[in-house]
Amino acid sequence: MKILSLIVSAIVTIILVLLFNTRMLLPVPLGQLLNPQEGLWQNAEPVDQNYSAQLSFPQLEGKVKVYFDERLVPHVFADNNNDAYFVQGYLHAKFRLWQMEFQTRAAAGRLSEIIGPKALDYDRDKRRLGMVYAAENSLQAIDDDPETLAECNSYTSGVNAYIENLTESTLPVEYKLLGYKPEKWSNLKSALFLKYMALELAGYENDFESTNAKSVFSSADFEKIYPIVMDSLDPIVPKGTIFSSPAIQVKVPSTAASLYYDNKDSTSITEQKPDKDNGSNNWAVSGQKTKSGYPILCNDPHLDLNLPSIWYEMQMSTPSYNAYGVTFPGAPSIIIGFNDSCAFGFTNAQRDVRDYYEIIFNDSSRSKYWFDSSWVPSTFRIEDIKIKGEPDFLDTVIYTKFGPVMYDQKYSGGRSTHHKDYAVRWKAHDRSNELKMFTLLNKANNYGDYLKAIKYLHTPGQNCIFASKSGDIAIWDQGEFPAKWYRQGDFVMPGTDSSYLWQGMIPQAENPHVVNPERGYVSSANQMPADTSYPYYLGGSFPPYRGWEINKRLEAMNNISPQDMMELQTDNFNVFGKMALPILIKNMQVDKLSPQEKKYFSILKRWNFRNDTDSKGATLFVVTWDSLETVIWKDEFLQSGVQLPWPTESTLLDDINKYPDFKFYDNINTLTVETLPDDVTAAFKMATAVIRKADENGKMAWAKYKDTHVEHLARLDAFSRLHLPVGGGLNTINAAKAQHGPSWRMVVSLTPETEAYGVYPGGESGDPGSKYYDDFIDKWAAGKYFRLWMMKSSEVNDQRVKYTMSFN
Amino acid sequence: MKFIISSILIIFFSFLGCLFFPWWIIAIVAFIISILIYQEHFVSFICGFISLFLLWGGLSFWISLENAHILAHRVSLLIFKTDSPFLLIFVTAFIGALVAGFGALTGSYVRKEKQQKSL
Repeated sequence: MKILSLIVSAIVTIILVLLFNTRMLLPVPLGQLLNPQEGLWQNAEPVDQNYSAQLSFPQLEGKVKVYFDERLVPHVFADNNNDAYFVQGYLHAKFRLWQMEFQTRAAAGRLSEIIGPKALDYDRDKRRLGMVYAAENSLQAIDDDPETLAECNSYTSGVNAYIENLTESTLPVEYKLLGYKPEKWSNLKSALFLKYMALELAGYENDFESTNAKSVFSSADFEKIYPIVMDSLDPIVPKGTIFSSPAIQVKVPSTAASLYYDNKDSTSITEQKPDKDNGSNNWAVSGQKTKSGYPILCNDPHLDLNLPSIWYEMQMSTPSYNAYGVTFPGAPSIIIGFNDSCAFGFTNAQRDVRDYYEIIFNDSSRSKYWFDSSWVPSTFRIEDIKIKGEPDFLDTVIYTKFGPVMYDQKYSGGRSTHHKDYAVRWKAHDRSNELKMFTLLNKANNYGDYLKAIKYLHTPGQNCIFASKSGDIAIWDQGEFPAKWYRQGDFVMPGTDSSYLWQGMIPQAENPHVVNPERGYVSSANQMPADTSYPYYLGGSFPPYRGWEINKRLEAMNNISPQDMMELQTDNFNVFGKMALPILIKNMQVDKLSPQEKKYFSILKRWNFRNDTDSKGATLFVVTWDSLETVIWKDEFLQSGVQLPWPTESTLLDDINKYPDFKFYDNINTLTVETLPDDVTAAFKMATAVIRKADENGKMAWAKYKDTHVEHLARLDAFSRLHLPVGGGLNTINAAKAQHGPSWRMVVSLTPETEAYGVYPGGESGDPGSKYYDDFIDKWAAGKYFRLWMMKSSEVNDQRVKYTMSFN
Repeated sequence: MKFIISSILIIFFSFLGCLFFPWWIIAIVAFIISILIYQEHFVSFICGFISLFLLWGGLSFWISLENAHILAHRVSLLIFKTDSPFLLIFVTAFIGALVAGFGALTGSYVRKEKQQKSL
């Protein structure tokens, strides 16, 4: 009897241990996770944590001091450049290890390893796009440049110095929750991180959808729905600029009329796309327009709003340079910022540098493909995708002259019905060393240095803005861009003929640029870089409105202070709303509205064109316009039965202004012929049905309706910041959408003593258990800034210095 | 008196053990201590239970207090879908307590067996 009790008790104990030690219920054993001595409790950092430390690493040549200020921004003072990069790597790892590892695994198509089969399609997409192939090519360019190589080696060894000293209890909490461990860092991982950004910024295209559209619509209709140039265009390089004749004369293929422009072969692939509004604002005003007489440079890059933030703020100071700004955890250097002589920033150039070619293979072995009247051997790359809890998945990717065959019988992102082979030609596959640009910008003293630096930027193309204390302002639409014939690469191209290849790259000197213009400012907001007099086809997708509004404001401003620039950067004026609202008002059939709809219509009519947090008019306008797009396009688009690019709001506005009898006004599913007033009224009724519900729940005010949030990278709501009171949105300078927008706001006045301001929606620590995890978010949401402190080495006793970390 | 000494030993060696071994060392510690210091089965169970409840509860409470409960707010929301730092602390304490309690109970049965055999 007693022995039975013993056995039962022992079994219960063992079952309990197994229960709390299993990975079946959670990805990680609950006992281990909650053990206060090594589990997640160890990530609950004391609010008065002391970050001061004495550290010693044999990899360092000299001494490095890191002074943390009250926002935990590190000010790094190193005896030499490579030591500074070592410490930058160390700090990135200390504060942001999980995110940098996660993002580079994502870039390499290795998420299935940590989160299981649900990430398999995501991973296959990255493998087939050739992300690792692209990073390997970058790595070769890095290896060829001794300066960049030394920088990367130091950075990598700094990251690894931190990883090697990690224990179970000091692991970032995400590893504990997801149940895996960090790997050693490598230069390849830094290259992968840059390709992750290249995919975000230069990965967007609509080639398959546009090919479908070309087959569905007549060419006259197609040009109306997908025009190249908007009426509201105010390009980066002012209209009327004279361009020299192009160095590259592109030849349209002789078969283009039949095989390309008129080719009615629709496809049905839709890929995982970056946000098409990945973009940004930047501008610089010259001293003639500022109060101080010195230039001011401003930049706010619009990216996904995530925690931990894509940015980590720091100062890096060595005998050869002293730079301050935001950095990418995962890569060396300051990315956007300023030094003692100048400031620099970026917006996305939006050019289309990713095209597809239809490949014809010999047979099912696909060992050869038809190209220029002969069979060319293909090469194979086997992708071994490890999957948590399942056997590996082997994916064969075929490489051609163009690049990898991304879509074929075996893979189409899960959506294809055709069994064709498409190779992707992506500019990011080419060998280039973008890190060198940042290294040189950090050290730049003048316009000449900046110009030398940006020549290293090939992909992703950016509008690189510059201003210096010596008084220069400049912007270059920089990148290595293919010289294309009209509409080349907007659609899928034949892969059997060399005449469809990219024929050359536009020489760097011919990239659109503006230097010290008479008007006293340069700017960009992802609009077209130049008008149609530019001798090359520009391609891509270019939102016109923010740039239009910024230029109008800057034109009118004089005696500008940094405060004026902060107000402009956070301005909620919706220029598109001002252009489009009159159309809604003029065409509303008021007599068909119910009393409640009339009440909403009177709010809409009184809207002041501002997307302020409490504006109900903004909500009504945005939802009504979205509904109008649905009413006008959806009937024809559904009927087509294929995936088509959704026309932009600017296109619809232009069409309404140009074509009073636009045939798309008619709803093809009714017997009557609808007109624009019918559509506007139907759209408003559709919109108010949605808004009435929001109104009943107290969520009609714009900020509540839009519901901006900063989301944890692993989509854990508990680690995110939800429901932020933020205005702005699409087509306002303050481009804060639901989970996308100004990821860093910076204003730099280049007075003799630099006066700089900045803020990003995050915090310096990536640890959700730290008070520094999200402590900038409320300030960011309120449109306020921190004064940025370019610390001098003589200021070590300044009261802003809270902690000191010494490396030797 | 036995109870208090057992308790102190379980707390001490559990803390020490967790520095070098996986978390389930607490079951072994409670098991061994309760073989060495004999108590009635139920008392043994309570002794193991309370020891780890105090150790894990106390540690996590203290850590969380220092942290102004920042992490516990977020993790409780993540795991339990409810914002309650004290629930997380309680669950931590309870899991440790349950495992150590049964470890101790098993130990006390073993001790009893041995005593009966040696008689």
